Amino acid sequence: MSNTISALPGATYEGAVRVQEMGLCGMISLRGDHGDEKLISAIKDIMGTVMPGQREIVHQDERAAAWMSPDELLLLLPYADVRDALTRLETALAGTHFLAVNVSDARAVFRLHGGSAREVIAKLCPVDMSPGAFGPGQIRRTRMAQIPAAFWMPDEDSVHVVCFRSVAQYAFDLLKQSAHPQAGVGLYA
Amino acid sequence: MMILTCPCCGVTGEETEFHQGGEAHLTRFGPGSSETEFHDYLFSKENPKGVHLERWRHAYGCGKWFIAARNTVTLEVYGTYAAQTTEPPQDIKDTLSAKVPGWSWREFA
Amino acid sequence: MSTRLATGGRLLDKGRALEFTFNGKRLKGYEGDTLASALLANDQMMVGRSFKYHRPRGIVASGAEEPNALFNMGAGGKFEPNQRATTTELFDGLTCASQNHWPSLEFDIGAINNSLARFLPAGFYYKMFMHPRPLWKHVYEPFIRQSAGLGKAPRDRDEDTYEHFYAFFDVVVIGGGIAGLLAAREAGRAGAKVLLMEQTAHWGGRAPVDGGTVDGRPVDKVVEEIVSELNEMNNVTLRTRLMGAGVYDHGYLMGYERLTDHQPQAKGPRHRLWRIRAAQIVTATGAIERPLSFAGNDIPGVMLASAVRDYAVDYGVSIGDRTVVVTNNDDAYLTAITLKKLGLDVPAIIDARPQGAGALAEEAKALGIRIETGKGVAKVKGGRRVTGVAICMQAGEGAALEEIACDVVAMSGGWSPVVHLWSHCGGKLLWDNENAMFKPDVDKAPTGAAGEAFVVAAGAANGALKLADTVADAHAAGRKAAKSAGNTPMSGDAPKADSSLENPMQPIWLMPQGAKYELRAKAWLDYQNDVKVSDVQLAAREGFESVEHAKRYTTLGMATDQGKLSNINGLAILSDALDQPIPQTGTTTFRPPYTPISMGAIAGEARGPVFQPLRRTPMHDWHEANSAYWEPVGHWRRPYTFRKTPGEAIDAAVSREITQTRQSLGLLDASTLGKLVVKGPDAGKFLDMLYTNMMSTLKPGRCRYGLMCSENGFLMDDGVVARLDEDTFLCHTTTGGADSIHAHMEDWLQCEWWDWNVYVANLTEQYAQIGVVGPNARKTLEKLSDDDLSAEALPFMAWTDITLAGIKARAYRISFSGELSYEIAVDAGQGRALWDKLMEAGAEFGVTPYGTEALHVMRAEKGFIMIGDETDGTVIPQDLCMDWAISKKKDDYLGKRAQARSFMANTERWKLVGLETIDGSVLPDGAYAVTDGTNANGQRNTQGRVTSSYHSPTLGRGIAMGLVHNGPDRMGQVIDIPKVDGTVIKAKIVPPVFYDPEGKKQNV
Repeated sequence: MSNTISALPGATYEGAVRVQEMGLCGMISLRGDHGDEKLISAIKDIMGTVMPGQREIVHQDERAAAWMSPDELLLLLPYADVRDALTRLETALAGTHFLAVNVSDARAVFRLHGGSAREVIAKLCPVDMSPGAFGPGQIRRTRMAQIPAAFWMPDEDSVHVVCFRSVAQYAFDLLKQSAHPQAGVGLYA
Repeated sequence: MMILTCPCCGVTGEETEFHQGGEAHLTRFGPGSSETEFHDYLFSKENPKGVHLERWRHAYGCGKWFIAARNTVTLEVYGTYAAQTTEPPQDIKDTLSAKVPGWSWREFA
Repeated sequence: MSTRLATGGRLLDKGRALEFTFNGKRLKGYEGDTLASALLANDQMMVGRSFKYHRPRGIVASGAEEPNALFNMGAGGKFEPNQRATTTELFDGLTCASQNHWPSLEFDIGAINNSLARFLPAGFYYKMFMHPRPLWKHVYEPFIRQSAGLGKAPRDRDEDTYEHFYAFFDVVVIGGGIAGLLAAREAGRAGAKVLLMEQTAHWGGRAPVDGGTVDGRPVDKVVEEIVSELNEMNNVTLRTRLMGAGVYDHGYLMGYERLTDHQPQAKGPRHRLWRIRAAQIVTATGAIERPLSFAGNDIPGVMLASAVRDYAVDYGVSIGDRTVVVTNNDDAYLTAITLKKLGLDVPAIIDARPQGAGALAEEAKALGIRIETGKGVAKVKGGRRVTGVAICMQAGEGAALEEIACDVVAMSGGWSPVVHLWSHCGGKLLWDNENAMFKPDVDKAPTGAAGEAFVVAAGAANGALKLADTVADAHAAGRKAAKSAGNTPMSGDAPKADSSLENPMQPIWLMPQGAKYELRAKAWLDYQNDVKVSDVQLAAREGFESVEHAKRYTTLGMATDQGKLSNINGLAILSDALDQPIPQTGTTTFRPPYTPISMGAIAGEARGPVFQPLRRTPMHDWHEANSAYWEPVGHWRRPYTFRKTPGEAIDAAVSREITQTRQSLGLLDASTLGKLVVKGPDAGKFLDMLYTNMMSTLKPGRCRYGLMCSENGFLMDDGVVARLDEDTFLCHTTTGGADSIHAHMEDWLQCEWWDWNVYVANLTEQYAQIGVVGPNARKTLEKLSDDDLSAEALPFMAWTDITLAGIKARAYRISFSGELSYEIAVDAGQGRALWDKLMEAGAEFGVTPYGTEALHVMRAEKGFIMIGDETDGTVIPQDLCMDWAISKKKDDYLGKRAQARSFMANTERWKLVGLETIDGSVLPDGAYAVTDGTNANGQRNTQGRVTSSYHSPTLGRGIAMGLVHNGPDRMGQVIDIPKVDGTVIKAKIVPPVFYDPEGKKQNV
């Protein structure tokens, strides 16, 4: 797969935070009944995680399962593992009503790292980014300036942002501008 | 700009995350319906001054449709509920009755 | 003259001298000055010409309410007009210029309007320039535009950056005066998450200038103590230079933060727009002093009494040597006392009240100040500067009793609470008779999402003007807000304060009360828009009785200051003229923003490259590098065509692409096409409802073209559906339909057929899709694949999974060009790699990438419709003669019932045909075909219109499609299609398929 490229290979920016396009990230959109035992055990088997609760993201090593809507999960895993995971899901869920599709290439993922990562998001998204309101373990789908986006915090100093591939450059430019070294707000400092 | 709580994902977000989708609880009329029925289904929409039941979609969030009971004058939101229903749930009706005694909306009151 | 005093200047750092330039003059000021205080320190009293009469105007105020001192600020990419000197912090190197005069501030041609003033009353323009009507557009309007307006429009692009910031608080306190500080402290102590914002760079508001004590301690010390106490609270955020700009629904609050206006060399954004959600908002916005209406109250040197005091105390600036104070309340006495104590002369206090002031009068008298009660100013003497005042009996008609020489008139007509932010979102007002002012009606506050009151006014903004009342009110307001936000206020009493204000004010709306016309015509209400007492009275006489009408007729309060000084005075004059009490007249509506905010701040990040999202396909960079001539398609950028050489004409490039594709091989980036996966046991049933034709009968491995209509019956989208397996379909939509059709599907699944088992996923961006088109398409693919791509293995309207150049791909054998054609879908990450391989493999066939225009022309040659060209939201499939794509077997589909409505089923509807120009020229797109007679409006009757029109390089002539009345029955007839230049093109009605009507070329 040497000829496979992510949306903005190698794009990085060092500002108030480090903004980095994360390269190829495996993602599966899985729609189905969250309460279905087959689904719960498939997630356990394939992702190694429990079923995430409402707006939660559960990490296990390189994998994570995120709650996207009452009948949708986003599974995060190494890009190379997607086809295998899809096959296993098809097998595990055979006979139930579900939809599992590879969306790895449809997305771009950015990592913000640094003390003011929360602030950078708060400049673009109408979301309360104060530590009491949002933190690791949660995922939020929202509007980032003029595009849909979702983000979560792998740790207190990092935010991962996922958006559609076609607007990766727009998203990167937004994040760069918001991470300008002299544009600190200092609200969460 | 209003804030709404999506009953499907629990997010309380600002209006820009949502798309408004017109009147709720429409009954679809298809082939076989009379001219009047079909005309009313398409065009005769409620436009009340006061309590309104309205469809919204959490377009930038979980993508789900839901229904908001709100006041078109004061913008007070009495409650939101899942779209998979043909009438407002009892707790919404109770809230409306408590806050707007004598309210009515189409066949509901 | 106005000058800098040797001592004083609370806010100055005299160790730091600054240089600035006003109208080319180099002047000096200090760190801590505002531009206004620095100008006054340099005896620059006159700062501009008035809007209409071009009268000389000076600085009137010391804060956001200033109407006159508006400047063109900066230069080049930092130029900005209408900047208020009173709220502009001085910095080294500041340059500014006065506005609204020509050729210079001192000598202004427009001042002739002043001599003509009696001929230019309110409504003059409306009356004068109405007739004859054509003159308005060609003579009057250009003239008025030339002479109107304040500052200049910027010529250069704004070089600064701006941003937004979303923040959430329990309690936001607007205003960092003593009231705001106390309210914030109470809310903070209750544990609320608090933001305290102050529009200036300093805490304390007026309190340090006005003086008084709180719990026995000087109020300026108390301010410092509270600020440090708040700084210690982790739950409280304090921000200066952050203005509460607007209060909106559901606790939405706009804050305008000025980050680098006072230090323009600093890096980073200039302004930040805070988009705040607050559970509770406390408006501690203080009060604004009102001018008094007497003749000549606009002559430079007439200022608000509080402003005179501010300049002396805060900036060590004396406005003049001899100041006459004219007032209707106690507060202005503080100005007289302050000036006297600084060693300046105060010849008299003219107090319109017969009883005068209380203790302050005694203090003033003790300092040797003459006090005249029951008197008023008949008129101010002077032109470009006050030289004296004539005083008279307030109760009289203005006969001068005496003239007092002075160079400053400090006036005070009482105070108006700043109720703007309270009112923005519907907070109601009450008239307070005692202080002759509107104040918040606490029982009618703006209400939020749950119907709760979410704004609390505090201190002077709530009508509590005296320090003792301010402090108590603010203390209570902070606790109330915290409690409403769900916090528990700590116990404790409000601090006790005292102040020297004793006697009630007396409303004085005109001075003297019986002023004659000559005086009223020189008594200004609105300085910025040049509205006088006589204008408002004229409006009332002419029947503009509603305050909103009078406002628009006179332009009172419509300038950039939105009438901060003039509204109440104007309202009082109007009420008097209408002989009704002020509350009955009511107020005009307060609208955000409180003071003008920059356009940049509103735009935030959305400028330049991120003005809008620009969507790029995986092959975007290749296109860019290969001279794509871009076309915006929604937010996408798609190549319209590719220029082979820099000099190649656009239409030549398009023709070349078409010819090469038809003869050999073309490549199309079709990645933007919508791709929706629909899966589930009810997927077939669902698609049968969505499409007009039958999709459930489609066999896996096969493709079918389908039409989608709205419930109104109108065609909204089309595309090819591929059945992937028994349960799964892939629906292609138009580029523009990807998101909307996805939403449409979710809408019906969630809100109507929620018991149907169907899931939909939008995979538009998961795949790069490349059209491989032309007679050599198969040969090219075969070079890259071992899979069987023969017509038997992969016939027309079938799909299969293949491996192409080592890349897993899906090949759809569909054609939008009429040629042998494959659409190849691969994971987007491999789109560019596949594109490169196809270019390489196709080289021997002269492979030619083509853009959207070639796509359009080729589909039109084939008579294929295009959503948005042949459809416009009023067209049904039957209009397009697409009955073949409408299932007769289905009981129902979206739009079926609508298409049976009488108007839809009418045989008289315009229908799709081809149009061939007799002379071979290209018809104008959208042109109408005319027929005999005229309609009710005297316009030619029409019988059809052109929906698509191109030059066809394949046929070497213009071809078009159009909707024509009874078109399909009129083959061979010639119709007239006029162009906008009046000439007429004759076009023959023909079948819409111009090229390969049998479809032999695509099915090989």
